[in-house]
Amino acid sequence: MTGGGVVERAVDVLVVGAGPAGLAAAARLAAAGAGRVEVLERERTAGGVPRHCARGGFGAFTGPGYARRAVRAAVRAGAVVRTGVGATGWAGPLTLEVTAPTGLERITARAVVLATGARERSRSARLVPGSRPAGVFSTGELQQSVELFGLRRERIGRRAVVVGSEPVARHAVRTLRRAGVTVAAVVSERPRGARLPVPVLRGARVLELVGRGRLSGVLVRGADGRTGLLRCDTVVFTGDWIPDHELARTGGVPLDRATRGPAVDPAFRTCVPGVFAVGNLLRGVEPAVVAAAEGRAVADAVLARLAGAPWPGPGVPVTAGGAVRWVSPHRLTGPAPTLLLRPSGRLLRPVLTVEQDGRVLHEARLPGRVDAHRSVRPPTGWTADVDPAGGPVVIRLDKP
Amino acid sequence: MSVTRRGALPDTSAPGTAYDVTVVGAGVVGCAIARELARRSLRVALVEASGDIGEGSSKANTAILHTGFDAVPGSLEARLVREGGRMLAAYARETGIPVEPVGALLVAWDEEQLAALPRLAAKAARNGHHGTRFVDAAGLRALEPHLGPGALGALAVPDESVVCPWTTPLAYATQAVQSGVDLHLDCPVEKVRPGGPAAPHRLITRRGVLRTRFLVNACGLYADAFDALVGRYDFTVTPRRGQLLVFDKFARGLVRHILLPVPGALGKGVLIAPTVYGNVMLGPTAEDLDDKTATGSTAEGLDALRAQGRRILPALLDEEVTAVYAGLRAATGAEDYRIAAHPELRYVTVGGIRSTGLTASLALGRHTVELLADTGLELGPERPLAPVSMPNLGEAFPRPYRDAARIARDPAYGEIVCHCERVTRGEIRDALASTVPPATLDGLRRRTRARAGRCQGFSCGATVRALFEERAR
Repeated sequence: MTGGGVVERAVDVLVVGAGPAGLAAAARLAAAGAGRVEVLERERTAGGVPRHCARGGFGAFTGPGYARRAVRAAVRAGAVVRTGVGATGWAGPLTLEVTAPTGLERITARAVVLATGARERSRSARLVPGSRPAGVFSTGELQQSVELFGLRRERIGRRAVVVGSEPVARHAVRTLRRAGVTVAAVVSERPRGARLPVPVLRGARVLELVGRGRLSGVLVRGADGRTGLLRCDTVVFTGDWIPDHELARTGGVPLDRATRGPAVDPAFRTCVPGVFAVGNLLRGVEPAVVAAAEGRAVADAVLARLAGAPWPGPGVPVTAGGAVRWVSPHRLTGPAPTLLLRPSGRLLRPVLTVEQDGRVLHEARLPGRVDAHRSVRPPTGWTADVDPAGGPVVIRLDKP
Repeated sequence: MSVTRRGALPDTSAPGTAYDVTVVGAGVVGCAIARELARRSLRVALVEASGDIGEGSSKANTAILHTGFDAVPGSLEARLVREGGRMLAAYARETGIPVEPVGALLVAWDEEQLAALPRLAAKAARNGHHGTRFVDAAGLRALEPHLGPGALGALAVPDESVVCPWTTPLAYATQAVQSGVDLHLDCPVEKVRPGGPAAPHRLITRRGVLRTRFLVNACGLYADAFDALVGRYDFTVTPRRGQLLVFDKFARGLVRHILLPVPGALGKGVLIAPTVYGNVMLGPTAEDLDDKTATGSTAEGLDALRAQGRRILPALLDEEVTAVYAGLRAATGAEDYRIAAHPELRYVTVGGIRSTGLTASLALGRHTVELLADTGLELGPERPLAPVSMPNLGEAFPRPYRDAARIARDPAYGEIVCHCERVTRGEIRDALASTVPPATLDGLRRRTRARAGRCQGFSCGATVRALFEERAR
């Protein structure tokens, strides 16, 4: 940083990100007497993504109501929630560099909880070729434009195509329709999925964006192999989440290859002593209540850290096999209270197998159907049987 | 001094009110020529068909400040690249255009390429560059530890640099306008009525008639079409498309130099280069087309780039892509620029300016003004240009979000709006109020980097758009 005037400060716990996970962690920690608990939020308003999800599905609340309640709970518990404050890098193992309108700071904490969330992969990251016209959105940008800035049809577009097959595609459709935009179609790569109030092209793929200046259409290859142009002036790329891991990565926190989020143990400890990670930073999107539950769950380990508990070693790595896309936590340092895994596709009553060094720790047939857009929480009793000196634990899903 | 985007052009019909010189085309070359003309007491117009400067080939090049080591010795291009490179390096220091002198490595992947290196070193020497040196496989590995397996050696070219391709024409245009040049945007020229010996030329534009005594064609891809308007048919521009992939800033640690391919019988191949913004670029492809608007990327092009990138720098492919774009360079079938003065027409064509045009731009400006003088333009005495200081977009130089003193004076520089690129509200405000303000969100991106980062607007897009529209209203 250039110039003088950098304020050096110390807190007990620094939480980065005031979304559902960060706020829940801060509320629990402040209530438990962790000392000064400070939450940094780079946006002007705390609350995270639910702020612009004007729909139900947040317990009994809409997104904005849920966000406000989470902020109030953290503040009431005694946490300091600072908005418009960006954590831009690290000045030490537990010292963050911060930029705010009030100036630059270096904040040293006894424990850092990263809760920086996730984002949707952009059109560029998905390598969708074609021209570079205006009218290309992610759901995040669309929802903020509509819900926070009041944009309507005149300033978004008249006719949209939504790309994606995760639940968020449905939210994009809803947001577009609320703004008065006609949704021409949803293009979903998966062959099956939930019904939507608009035409859904299943098993289809966007080949190219067309249009000079403004989008004029998307070229799509359908399930039957035929190619056609869908006329539209707006396209929304939804889902395909990637953790916002910038701060974790620049802090030297090792990531899990499958999730691209920090590799954590069952208590959300990363491989860097004193640094924890919770919420959608760990793997992309889960519902807000899941992220908040992780935020609450991290509190015990943070308190133990503040009380001087030793940081565990790397533990036993957990890896995905068969039809498992990713597993969280990514390392086992002791029994795991919960386990989250994401199937790579749809399977009916699949067999879940847990193995370590060729030894089967657990095998069971899951009831019902699993699908790529929803995580599975298998039983975790077997985690007590893991050999702490053994090789990786492999969790698989296979067709029965 | 003015920038216009709409309405009628200034009246140039009364005697003595015609422009002395009109430069058509506000790419990096046209802007440089206008800036050079602004040194003289002349009435100068810079006329551009699109809504912003640098909207054509200029905005989508490979952003390298060349030494000209591999130019055709003795060509005009070789001379102007050599001179222009030095001029631009000095100008960048003076105005704050970010430049990183990272140096280049011409990497040989087979025996044939290895055998070509001494010839390239000799060519560099004939172009006045004696600093090249051979690096063996082990030395290369030490210089670039992430290089893929199989590299046999390289020719190091120490002075090659990367530069900000967006700030450069913007600096020229800003300085030209501040020094008195009229910039008319959204002003396509539809017809030219050449003037007689005493009468000015009349440019029929979509926004009215513009009269000018002298005329410069800096139309880039459309230089042949503009020549045709004045009755010249000297060359044809064939658009050559280059598709490029820009990788996330996390890739920056994987590469230290510009990694150039060894030109061979099978074409020029692709390069991997750091950008001044801290990204890594892979490209370009080389596809000869006939559509001058085909700036789209293709699945085949991107696949080919990724295949080549994987061989050169395997770890690069594990990183996220932040941007995909394509640019068109103006190929004319000649291994040199197509610059021609036509004294009888009081007209100079600056055509066939290929990807080296960014590097050569300042020398091209000077050369063109000399040609105008030869064509009969009285230059008059020189006067100093208005000094300009450009906002820094370079990752290797101080940015406002880290400047405590600046934030203390103006808290808007402490308010980060685009988090991926660390663009503050103060910088966006400044760009919107600048001498040559952006006409679109893309123009704002080229001036500030807002929305140019890994999230591509997921987090900041709505806010940046609101700031832009607030100003536009």
